[in-house]
Amino acid sequence: MNVHDRAKVDEASVLRNRDAGSLLIRATDVSKIYEMGEQTVRALDGVSLDIAEGEFVAIMGASGSGKSTMMNLIGALDRPTSGTLTINGRDIGALSSDDLADLRNKTIGFVFQQFNLLARTPALRQVMLPLLYAQPRPPDIEALARHRLDQVGLISRLDHHPRQLSGGQQQRVAIARALVNNPKILLADEPTGALDSKTSEDIMALFTDLNKDGITVILVTHEAEIAAFAQRRIHFRDGRITEDEGRGPASVLAGGAR
Amino acid sequence: MTLLDSLAIAWTALRSNLLRSILTTLGIVIGVASVIVLVAVGSGARSEVERQIAALGSNMLVVFSGSSRVMGRAAGAGTDLPLAESDMAAIRDKVPGVVAISGQLNGSGPVVFGNNNWTTTISGIHADFATVRDWPIVSGRDFTPQDIRGTAKVALIGETVVKQLFPGEEPVGATIRVKNAPFQVVGVLGTKGPSSFGRDQDDLILLPMTTARGQIIGKSQVQTDQVGQIYIKFSDGTDLKEAGEDIETLLRQRRRIQPGAEDSFSVRNLAEFMKARTEVLSTMTYLLAATSIISLIVGGIGIMNIMLVSVTERTREIGLRMAVGGRSGDIMRQFLVEAVTLCLIGGIFGTVLGAAAAAIVANAAQWPVLISPSVIGLALGSAAITGIVFGYFPARRAASLNPIDALRSE
Ligand SMILES: Nc1ncnc2c1ncn2[C@@H]1O[C@H](COP(=O)(O)OP(=O)(O)OP(=O)(O)O)[C@@H](O)[C@H]1O
Ligand SMILES: [Mg+2]
Repeated sequence: MNVHDRAKVDEASVLRNRDAGSLLIRATDVSKIYEMGEQTVRALDGVSLDIAEGEFVAIMGASGSGKSTMMNLIGALDRPTSGTLTINGRDIGALSSDDLADLRNKTIGFVFQQFNLLARTPALRQVMLPLLYAQPRPPDIEALARHRLDQVGLISRLDHHPRQLSGGQQQRVAIARALVNNPKILLADEPTGALDSKTSEDIMALFTDLNKDGITVILVTHEAEIAAFAQRRIHFRDGRITEDEGRGPASVLAGGAR
Repeated sequence: MTLLDSLAIAWTALRSNLLRSILTTLGIVIGVASVIVLVAVGSGARSEVERQIAALGSNMLVVFSGSSRVMGRAAGAGTDLPLAESDMAAIRDKVPGVVAISGQLNGSGPVVFGNNNWTTTISGIHADFATVRDWPIVSGRDFTPQDIRGTAKVALIGETVVKQLFPGEEPVGATIRVKNAPFQVVGVLGTKGPSSFGRDQDDLILLPMTTARGQIIGKSQVQTDQVGQIYIKFSDGTDLKEAGEDIETLLRQRRRIQPGAEDSFSVRNLAEFMKARTEVLSTMTYLLAATSIISLIVGGIGIMNIMLVSVTERTREIGLRMAVGGRSGDIMRQFLVEAVTLCLIGGIFGTVLGAAAAAIVANAAQWPVLISPSVIGLALGSAAITGIVFGYFPARRAASLNPIDALRSE
């Protein structure tokens, strides 16, 4: 089964999710402006965007077009300079930094290109990390972490340190970590950027499965093959959205037929 | 994030830079060690001085012959007029508040019992001596006035002499030879321990003043009614300063010393003298305290420095922790716990080192070692406070990082 076939097979379930899904993310005229001395950089320049629960979105665009900036805002790692961004009903710009931390902890799971695992720490403890910061702390966090490592196929690597794992395995640990607190949104900024194509495909298959289970997946990628796993593809250029393929049921089918 | 989690993280972080962690704590080790030495030696020395003051006898003045400029010059050794029985009698009769009074005429010589031979201090005393010096007789009896009047050949012996002459034997009733004359041991003195000058106060035998003067202590040098030093005990509530002045006036009259001329004797309150020494000790204590505070500050700056390095090195980790839901407070606490853990480890080593040093010093000076749980608490407490004070700035820097900047950092 090639990448495109898989994308098609999954469309039905995504549609189902989309139908059931309510609005999860709404950006209204969001801008992010960096002041660099004399220069001002408009990393995002009036972006408006709706993402419903259960969608699988790929964000694409040239380097420097604002993809990561957008992801960081959706990930509640940063606040917009202007405009409003609502995640799961909460206005990012109005939340305190503790509330943002809480949102990152419970609602959002983040996967990075560079994995960002803790050095000299076994996989099980890596995955437990978000649960250590959860308030209130769920019971038996070790069992939850174990379950997620099982889900990503690493139940036999609980005690392995990052250095003892392959790149793909490290990224799986990072995904298990992102999932452990049962988030609604899984954000991945070039999750396969540091992996070979075979491993990338495995990781994408994992994302697809997770999306089928109902989690909203948003990922940034430069590669069309990776983007093809998503039902919706949003293109950025110079901090603006230039194209939004596969939005809504009709356009999803249209996008798939392209 | 519970304290235990923070501790686990701190431990992992410190262990991964083991050598650096150990070197960093050295300042704290020294600071805490000096806190321990400070308190242990300081209070040990203080309690020793207090013991010595108590051992002198309370409410007591001593009159030496010789001018006050030369403290403790041996009686009768110089050209100064020695103190005599008549001086003693005059003090007893004319100075108010006298409870007991005794001379003490010192010499030395060999004392023999059986095959055992020991050279010790031989002192002639009056019957009140034990009362004046608060010196109990632990077995046998004290001298009676009859012993003194009748030049009885009896002796009271100190603990050290007992050990040397009577190992495992009962001394009371035994006959010893003092400078070849036979004496009967009638009593054993209680232990006094070392004096403030380190002299063993229990290494002596006491003989009746009359007997000692006549036969034992360098006959040629001793005038017939000479008494050496005079120890005077006053009733409770007597103003010793006033009593001292009374004695001075009295003795100046008796010796016909012209106004303006120097005393040919001196009146001393040894307890006051000791207290002055205690004050010297306090000055030393302040110096040591300053040393410990300075070492803790220097140590603390070392901790701060290394924590700042650690925050910089681990910026990405901090960013990640924030990205998965760590609040600023969590990050802050994590680094504070790390700084405090570092300081406490230093504190524990410092405590061990300080306790060892204090034990060595106390042993050399023959002081009691005073290392109480509260001293250890104080030492570890000051280490922990150092950690909090100097860990605060790095921890706040870590906590105030922006998650994205932290994640992006190299
Ligand atoms: N902290 C910052 N300070 C100043 N400018 C910034 C900062 N972060 C991002 N930018 C600028 O904002 C723009 C968008 O950056 P962003 O990282 O979102 O790009 P990107 O689309 O993710 O690119 P890439 O594909 O290379 O990752 C760039 O021009 C970048 O230089
Ligand atoms: Mg990027």
